[in-house]
Amino acid sequence: MNRRLPDGGRIDRTQPVRFRFNGKEYGGFLGDTLASALLANGVLLVARSFKYHRPRGIWSAGAEEPNALVTVGTGARREPNTRATTVEIYDGLVANSQNAWPSVGFDIGAINNLLSRFFSAGFYYKTFMWPGARGWRIYEHFIRRAAGMGKVAKTADPDRYERIEAFCDLLIVGSGPAGIAAAQTAARSGVRVILVDENAEHGGSIARGAIDHASELREWASGALAELAGLPDVTVLSRCTAFGYYDGNVLGLVERVSDHLAAAEEGMPRQRHWIVRARQVVLATGAIERPLLFANNDLPGIMSASAAHCYLSEFAVCPGGEVVIYTNNDSAYSTALAFAPHASVTLVDTRAEPAPKLLAACRRADVIVRTGAVIRRAIGSRRVRAVAIENYANIGCDLLLTAGGWTPTIALHSQAGGRPVYAAESQCFLPGVARESWVAAGACNGAFDTPTCLEQGRFAATRAIEAIGVTPATIVIPACTTRGDMIPGPQPVPHGKCFVDMQNDVTTDDLDLASREGYRSAELLKRYTTLGMGTDQGKTSNVNALSLLAKSRSESVPDIGVTTFRPPYTAVTMGAIAGRKQGRHILPTRVTPLHNWNEQHGALMSDAGLWKRALAYPRGDENRQAAAIREAAHVRSAVGTCDVSTLGKIDIQGPDAKEFLERLYVNRWSNIKPGKARYGVMLQDDGFVFDDGTTSCLDENHYFMTTTTDRAEPVLRNIEYLLQVVWPQLRVHVCDMTDQWAGIAVAGPRSRESLQPLFADAITSLPFMGVVDVSYGGQTVRVVRISFSGELGYEVYAPSGIGEELVQELYLKNDSPGIAPYGLDAMDILRIEKGHVTGAEIDGNRTLADLGLARMARSDNRFLGAAMMKRPGLVDDRRPQLVGLEPLDPAQAISAGSHLVVESRPREPSASLGEISSACFSPALNRHIGLGFLRGGEGLHDSIVYAANPLGGTHIAVRVVSPHFFDDKGERLRG
Amino acid sequence: MIRIPCPHCGLRDHSEFTYLGDATVSRPPDDDAGDWTSGSRWSHYLYARDNPRGIHEEFWHHGWGCRAWLVVTRNTATHEVIDSKLAREREVQS
Ligand SMILES: [Zn+2]
Repeated sequence: MNRRLPDGGRIDRTQPVRFRFNGKEYGGFLGDTLASALLANGVLLVARSFKYHRPRGIWSAGAEEPNALVTVGTGARREPNTRATTVEIYDGLVANSQNAWPSVGFDIGAINNLLSRFFSAGFYYKTFMWPGARGWRIYEHFIRRAAGMGKVAKTADPDRYERIEAFCDLLIVGSGPAGIAAAQTAARSGVRVILVDENAEHGGSIARGAIDHASELREWASGALAELAGLPDVTVLSRCTAFGYYDGNVLGLVERVSDHLAAAEEGMPRQRHWIVRARQVVLATGAIERPLLFANNDLPGIMSASAAHCYLSEFAVCPGGEVVIYTNNDSAYSTALAFAPHASVTLVDTRAEPAPKLLAACRRADVIVRTGAVIRRAIGSRRVRAVAIENYANIGCDLLLTAGGWTPTIALHSQAGGRPVYAAESQCFLPGVARESWVAAGACNGAFDTPTCLEQGRFAATRAIEAIGVTPATIVIPACTTRGDMIPGPQPVPHGKCFVDMQNDVTTDDLDLASREGYRSAELLKRYTTLGMGTDQGKTSNVNALSLLAKSRSESVPDIGVTTFRPPYTAVTMGAIAGRKQGRHILPTRVTPLHNWNEQHGALMSDAGLWKRALAYPRGDENRQAAAIREAAHVRSAVGTCDVSTLGKIDIQGPDAKEFLERLYVNRWSNIKPGKARYGVMLQDDGFVFDDGTTSCLDENHYFMTTTTDRAEPVLRNIEYLLQVVWPQLRVHVCDMTDQWAGIAVAGPRSRESLQPLFADAITSLPFMGVVDVSYGGQTVRVVRISFSGELGYEVYAPSGIGEELVQELYLKNDSPGIAPYGLDAMDILRIEKGHVTGAEIDGNRTLADLGLARMARSDNRFLGAAMMKRPGLVDDRRPQLVGLEPLDPAQAISAGSHLVVESRPREPSASLGEISSACFSPALNRHIGLGFLRGGEGLHDSIVYAANPLGGTHIAVRVVSPHFFDDKGERLRG
Repeated sequence: MIRIPCPHCGLRDHSEFTYLGDATVSRPPDDDAGDWTSGSRWSHYLYARDNPRGIHEEFWHHGWGCRAWLVVTRNTATHEVIDSKLAREREVQS
């Protein structure tokens, strides 16, 4: 049935739109929402309810919609739980009902309705916890399927989302009369303004038809909006929901940029996530009409009076021919008069004596009024057919509108403020005391008539601007009339099964039961009954539930409690939150100055934190392990280069720099001379080893520290802490140079001669642990003679910009394959062969003694961690100590993570005496080896233990040996 | 999002900072080394923390900015930031 009026409304009748709902094609116009278009087509039944699968229609015309949840789109663009009342239609839109099978008209799940006494409050808690803790897991799958809320797409989201970091002096949320008055005031005062509204049309109640004598107001509003749009410091956004109010006056907004379009234009995102840092905020978020309760109040064809008024005046849809309007305040009278030309209208007013002026107007418009009347029950099965009125005859109807008073929308205020305050007279909660910098204005602040809204908007902006320290401008507010008394009469006590929360199917019976069972506070009641816990967060139900509970206990509403609002105000897509942070953009990627060179030489790359590091440089069909073994062997026989640019590099300068190093490291630094480097180990305050590395003395007051890759940032941060907080009197400055220097380890018996073509004599006489700055192509290159591999070796630090050039030159002057790159894996083999510890061993739980480094510590106790390293637990000689491990079968691989046990039989219970930390195949020794920690390990050399790896199914006999497998005396590196 | 006024950089998002603990605990003097007993000043400094509700002084490190260590006075109940100063410039603790 066509319910569209022949003219009127703000839809664009020149632009017809075709869309599909539940497989059937319908027509509408540009400007329609899915809800208005369905109503225009006479479609009342659009959804099934969550728990009982009851037939449901469209309740509202906005974001508060509890019933008409639909899935929009198909395939990867399928989005569940959208509200038909806020979805704008476009050509080709596909929408489907949720929660119904096989169809919304005939739904098998509706049998739940007949079984409803089994699904009462606390049903989930009481029933599915049996048997014991497993209960919920057993049932969850079935319940979720039966009580589903739509299904998400399981493929990657193809759309683009953006995020904007924004700043303003004044953010105004809501562009109704109050918001526009505030924006005009602020804009004319010259401050930076952002004005947002969740709807497609600005104007709030002005654009929703609910205001008498609206033409002057509309003119003023459109003039004001045009003025705002032309100002450079004003941003006006529609289809933009402020969903979260966070600490520091930061608000999250989501702008639906192209959801209303059949296809986004080139480069246009689907949605835009705004993070707005506002110095002041005006919250003009309006109010939502409350339902009046009676049995079967959830039938299709029953909706809020203000929503119906909006559909009539803005979309030119008259959803019914026989209209009953049920009210307890004056707001419904204008709705009755608006419907009178298009339908037969009966007003049922709970109040005994409405204003005579209103009654007279109804008489003139042929609107029948029943005063002092209470609707007990709606009659109908899949849509409303009639209403049963106490002490009156039933009235037939196909549209039943209810006007139960107004609930201020105070979600954002509550997120950013104190407890809401109950206004007994208006039967609603008003914003509490502001904690963040906001001012409330308009209906959300209890102003339910337009003149007061306008005045409050102007006033709120004035206050906010004064708080910023700017002189506020004055604006002229248009004259308009008040709509009468919006203060509702008392809600009649409902009888029978009335749906308080329509989205979660919570009835008055459920509330009674919860109350009888002792769930007294509002928060407990919510959790027990699930009231207000749907996607609508109880926008239409919270106040009714609290007042029902208060009435049944003869307490006041504030004594029952206030519900707490949390972000988001309405659901936000994950895509909008993620924005462009998808795939490799989730985290930044750090590449070394030699990254291109590494890739050109076939490096197999892996992630190390944010860094990309070369694991190995396989040749031909070589696998990773074979490449690493070849590379390690090549270092021991000739010369190799390794990209060590990821090491942390810290420049340390100042007269007290040496004293600082002395305090930082456990070993002696007071006697270091310029031109020398030294290995150092530092502890945490708690006595465990923190990091190790080499620091070069360039000059008495100038040092160059390297840290491990992993600890670069923590070490720097700790150094800054020590210098700024603990020892501010030390005259030391530090600077992070990690990204300024490329680092190249050059190791192997031929390393010196390989470097000579580049640096000539400058390095020829460089002693072991010597450092020299040499000039290379006019730039300073730092060469430290140091070795992690145990071979003659150098670390060459070049300015990042010439790092790649230097390596190219090195390879040019040393004919390949005389020189070859080695990766992290080969470096690991080389250092395991030497028994050098690294991140696998220095894991934050090791002492100096555990690592075999106890002799490094000075005896003066003047270094970090000196006090706590002597705790009994840390000096216990039963602690696992670093050992070398050799499988008895040299060809048998052992794996890091294996536990060390004395039990020879696999799978037998046995105490772990330690574990393997690193393992590899050693080409130098032609066998598998490992490093590990073993209780009393230093005294157990030559004994046999077992490397147990039950997950891998291995149990391998290993001999305990010294961790220094190769060149124990260090003759090669001093060569 | 808490916003923290950095004396160097101005009002910045907390995501630029790292929270690094209670700024009211006093670090034992360096010459206290060797005292590890459970009731010692070092144990207390490292492990004993109150969880106060209300005004509190905390260390925040401006790692994504000027890298200064700040002492931020913050209300832990409301997240209101009341004050911030450079740790380097605060009164040296006794
Ligand atoms: Zn800063």
